Amino acid sequence: MKVTYFPGCTLKNKARDLDEYARKSAEALGITLEEPETWQCCGGVFTTANDEVATKLSSVRLLKAAAEAGQSLVTVCSACHNVVKQTNYAMANDSAFADRVNRYMAEDAPYTGETKVYHYLELLRDVVGFENLAKAVKKPLTGKKIGAYYGCLLLRPGKVMGMDDAENPRIIEDLIRALGGEVVIYARRNECCGGYVSAESPALAKKNSNLIAENAASAGAELLVTACPLCKYNLEKNGSSVPVVYFTELLAEALGLKEDAND
Amino acid sequence: MTNEQLKQEILRISNVNVTKCMKCGKCTASCPAYDEMEYHPHQFVSMVNNGDIQPLLNSDSIYRCLSCFACMERCPRGVEPAKLVEAVRLMAVRKQGANRMKAEDVPCMLDENTPGQLLVSAFRKYSK
Repeated sequence: MKVTYFPGCTLKNKARDLDEYARKSAEALGITLEEPETWQCCGGVFTTANDEVATKLSSVRLLKAAAEAGQSLVTVCSACHNVVKQTNYAMANDSAFADRVNRYMAEDAPYTGETKVYHYLELLRDVVGFENLAKAVKKPLTGKKIGAYYGCLLLRPGKVMGMDDAENPRIIEDLIRALGGEVVIYARRNECCGGYVSAESPALAKKNSNLIAENAASAGAELLVTACPLCKYNLEKNGSSVPVVYFTELLAEALGLKEDAND
Repeated sequence: MTNEQLKQEILRISNVNVTKCMKCGKCTASCPAYDEMEYHPHQFVSMVNNGDIQPLLNSDSIYRCLSCFACMERCPRGVEPAKLVEAVRLMAVRKQGANRMKAEDVPCMLDENTPGQLLVSAFRKYSK
């Protein structure tokens, strides 16, 4: 299966592991990730303001490129995923907004939300299948107590993201099980780390990150997995006692791809 | 602008129906920035409804919202308070010279691991 793959800005620098392991694992699972020749940063956050068009255009162009390639669009970073899916939802469901965007872009064919967008986790669940993934595991994560850290952008708003039950998710836990690890459930797994507020109020980000890390540690987690570079940064910067890794790294490790991933 | 004009502008940007609120307070109870906010999510809803926008525009509360959408997800009436906070914040930073974050602020917030995602997100939220 060939899909259009959008790494996003941060996966090209500080979150290279998230990208490299995603590519290696997809190849091993028989999925070809095709990165568009040109793309722009998604902007990191989706504005819910009705009257903003310009800040959403990079996502629309990306969605349109995937539609023109006749492919689904796959994202890995939680923030890219949130921005691209929210933009796609607006293009499909808000005809006045879609009309303004299409007039602004002034291209021959209008775009109205046709592209199917998958987060990489959804690709594993819905296309590969966790049962098949489990069969492909070469080095199961046996005995590792792992907590899923969803944060906010991966799941919410639930009706737009349509990924999982936003209040009681299980997709990352199911991945951990498929990879042979032991799941640790803790209360704050879908609470916000503070996100971009660490630029404005580091103390607020520190407080939120510490609450999450302490909650995971007290529940017995020895490792946290995330899809978001900013979650990882905030948790680590604020001294999480539990190490934080990207889910793609865990995936590559279980598939036996980790040693040669950075060759 | 009059209070009514400010209210209509916020409603236009956010497309939120504030009259659906039943004042249960679940948005505020869910808010991870609660302690840092002068006005809390449920107050944004009632103050917008009352046309009491100026105090919100002048409050740092609009820069404390994390856009985590917890209040939207958990509202039993689908009121979507985060969209109101976003609209008020935009009304504030869209004014000329009102950027909350400036390019020259960036170097001192960088460390070796700062992800690009943090900077682009913060600029989108705090500047125009």
